[in-house]
Amino acid sequence: MLRYFFRRFMYMIMTVWLLSVVSFLIIQLPAGDFVTNLASQYAQQGRQVDQARLDNLRLRFGLDRPVYVQYFSWATNLLRGDLGWSFRQRQSVEKVIGDRIGLTAAISIATLLLTYLVAVPIGIYSATHQYSIGDYFSMFVGFLGMAMPNFLLALILMYILLNAGQSVGGLFSPDYMRAAWSLGKFIDLLKHLPLPILIVGTAGTAGLIRVMRASLLDELGKQYVITARAKGLRETKLVFKYPVRVALNPIASTIGWELPYIVSGGVITEMVLNLPTTGPMLFSALLTEDMLLASSLLFFLNVLTVIGTFVSDIVLVIVDPRIRFTEREA
Amino acid sequence: MAMSVKPERAELSAEERYYLASQWQLMWQKFRRHKLAIVGGSVLVVLYLAAIFADFLVPYSKDSRFERITYHPPTPLHLFAEGKLRGPFVYGTTTTRDLKTLRLTYQVDEAARYPIRFFVHGEPYKLLGLIDTDIHLFGVEEPGAIFLFGTDSIGRDLFSRIIHGGRLSLSIGLVGVTLSFLIGVTLGGISGYFGGIVDTVIQRIIEFLISIPTIPLWLALSAALPRDWPVVRVYFGIGIILSLVGWGGLARVVRGKLLELRELDYVLAARVSGVSEWSIIRIHMLPNFASYLIVSVTLSIPEMILGETALSFLGLGLRSPAVSWGVLLEKAQNIASVAIYWWTVIPVLFVIITVMAFNFLGDGLRDAADPYRQ
Repeated sequence: MLRYFFRRFMYMIMTVWLLSVVSFLIIQLPAGDFVTNLASQYAQQGRQVDQARLDNLRLRFGLDRPVYVQYFSWATNLLRGDLGWSFRQRQSVEKVIGDRIGLTAAISIATLLLTYLVAVPIGIYSATHQYSIGDYFSMFVGFLGMAMPNFLLALILMYILLNAGQSVGGLFSPDYMRAAWSLGKFIDLLKHLPLPILIVGTAGTAGLIRVMRASLLDELGKQYVITARAKGLRETKLVFKYPVRVALNPIASTIGWELPYIVSGGVITEMVLNLPTTGPMLFSALLTEDMLLASSLLFFLNVLTVIGTFVSDIVLVIVDPRIRFTEREA
Repeated sequence: MAMSVKPERAELSAEERYYLASQWQLMWQKFRRHKLAIVGGSVLVVLYLAAIFADFLVPYSKDSRFERITYHPPTPLHLFAEGKLRGPFVYGTTTTRDLKTLRLTYQVDEAARYPIRFFVHGEPYKLLGLIDTDIHLFGVEEPGAIFLFGTDSIGRDLFSRIIHGGRLSLSIGLVGVTLSFLIGVTLGGISGYFGGIVDTVIQRIIEFLISIPTIPLWLALSAALPRDWPVVRVYFGIGIILSLVGWGGLARVVRGKLLELRELDYVLAARVSGVSEWSIIRIHMLPNFASYLIVSVTLSIPEMILGETALSFLGLGLRSPAVSWGVLLEKAQNIASVAIYWWTVIPVLFVIITVMAFNFLGDGLRDAADPYRQ
């Protein structure tokens, strides 16, 4: 099993490296760079642009070097924990990103937990009460949740809250916005978290309910269930002790794609709700071609899911003996 | 020959027909029983037809502006007036400006009744891009106006724009899916057919693509599309971006099926009998996984439609003057304006209906394609 962990870990390192290349190159794709973008902005405002000054800027940001040299210096700095310089914000990327990565991670993980907490029981209910009104209802809500774009749900919930006289948007009350971390600020954060979590989680929950329902239905039709029932085992005990546990395994392996899905949906929700997280920042960095900031954000968002998948794979191996044994043989 | 086959057919019993039915006939029989899938399929047919004949169906063109009628709420249809049936008609409205908020407000003017006329002459257009005509399905006489879904910030009829927007929104999924189909089938086929190191590399790439969140990637890629590109080029650019990220799932299906089929007895039997590789793939394997391909394609279209909507909503996808559902929703970002002009989010209903219809259809097709499910 250790060998498997090691192999899996090496694979993750490979992926992270590949991600750094992809994240960096994609940001380099647009024609021009930050300086040309800046120059066109100045031109729009009718300000004089001095060519020498632009060249100077380019030299200072290292934009005159070939792309692979830029990548190399960005990547080596990354390894040392230095994320580079945000051209636009005129401070280090680390400072700009700061709490935002943490908040995005917090929202994503909380959403993931909520998704499973809600989806699994509903899935079990749907499967054990197949074709009942409750089943149809949950399936309908599930389909709706999958089809409804996150931003619409965000708008609807914000509208309801606005009418109820609640403040919406953001993650902190104005008092705590710029304050340092304290217990009060943390509690304030907890109060603001449910809205984004609910919005981001809906689509994922809908998908998971279907997976859970289908995999439990498969198990319920199997002969060991019939045998157990024939022997007179109580229905609740029977369902929860055997088929549910087996059916949970495919669910556990869905974390690998559930997390990217959540992070992905999070970006839009965060923008609509205007949260101080990575989504809106990535967006503005992309528009202004603030390259190092955008690369770093894209890279971290991706790494977040890669680490999540890695952890879930490890957990899966520990939980599911079948995978454990086939891995040992391999 | 053909003459003698027909009477024989008629004498077959239901059971015999079942055993003689081809795979596609069996699938069709099972599919027909799936009510939701039939509903989903019909809705899609209606939506696509509406997009194709958009010019004819809507009363106004996508760009015609009623400059003095901005943010007009949807016009309700009426049947009765003064207790009598008057056929479908709309009331005219009078405009006043709210002096405090400076917003235009509209009052129903019951004195002005405009009956809805069918097949009326209106703005000229080219039906299907070929036939010059000016006949519209319905409309009202001037100075009356009909805005089924209200008007937008500069006084354009939202209903007309939504139906027109369907052209881009509904077709971009097809463009994206065609591209990811080509990439997916090619790479999946190579992966499953050759196996070995090629297989491993392609599988790793797919896993990599699946493990990264799509929207940030889409955002970054579409930020790379030059701002001054014409609409058509941006449209295909977005299609390519959507498919570049989305082909992984299809490739997996193809590879998995290919590996599974390669080992089956009847393929081995065909090979032993000296059937050529190409014929084996074409006659024996392709029909077997064509159904799975159709299912997977159907289920990946809605993802692309949602992707386009999200990108355009954020302003990084299609842009005005192009009209798509996402572009129409771009103005709906602001909660304050949505709260007042609620009809500006109507385009999203079309997105939801389309995506659900595709999902129902895909589910029905999946059940129908699975020979072990009754």
